[in-house]
Amino acid sequence: MPLIVRTLFFAAYRDLAGEPSAEVELPDGARVSDLVACLRERGGAFARLPPRPAVALNRCYASLEDELRAGDEVALIPPVAGG
Amino acid sequence: MARAVLVREPIDPARLLASVEDDAHGAALLFLGVVRDHVAGRAVRGIRYEAYEEMAADVLGAIVTEACRLLGTDRITVEHRVGALAVGEVSLGIAVSSPHRAEAYDASRYIIEEVKRRLPVWKQERYAEGGEAWVEGALPPAGPGRGPRP
Repeated sequence: MPLIVRTLFFAAYRDLAGEPSAEVELPDGARVSDLVACLRERGGAFARLPPRPAVALNRCYASLEDELRAGDEVALIPPVAGG
Repeated sequence: MARAVLVREPIDPARLLASVEDDAHGAALLFLGVVRDHVAGRAVRGIRYEAYEEMAADVLGAIVTEACRLLGTDRITVEHRVGALAVGEVSLGIAVSSPHRAEAYDASRYIIEEVKRRLPVWKQERYAEGGEAWVEGALPPAGPGRGPRP
């Protein structure tokens, strides 16, 4: 069964995506890295997303190897610059 | 007692310092991050801060909790501003008090370094001559991994 993952874009990545969020459909068993690959394959500015960005899964820093589950919220995190 | 928040309104340094007052503490320390008017020789008129707000609130809270545990003081208040700031405005305020100065300096330094390293906040510089750019920041640490499906 495919799963739908809500994906958030911030700062420079949102500028590339042209939108703050997207719903992405992936096959069961997909990992965060598959989500990133799927987005990059959309082409256009999405292709300029880095292949291995920092990511957060449900608001915690995560690994690209983490397996996704239905209802997950994934954020692509550009290099951070607080302070 | 410790408090860590993202704010949209201007940060009031005096209120921040007052929030950590403690008669048993001999050291009170205030750190302010301030928007400066130039970067690499280029004039800046302001900075816009953006946050992944839900996560940033959690991460800022975790950083302050770590600082409390490491340094044995729970009198810490941290405010990080988001939105459009002009030159001279305060983007980050860290107030700490502790019995002695060493813990206060250490806690304050720990918090600012961890904010730079892992708080999901971004800044866009706006240049005096026009144009704007996202500041290339620090690559945050990867998480521990979620493990196998339950």
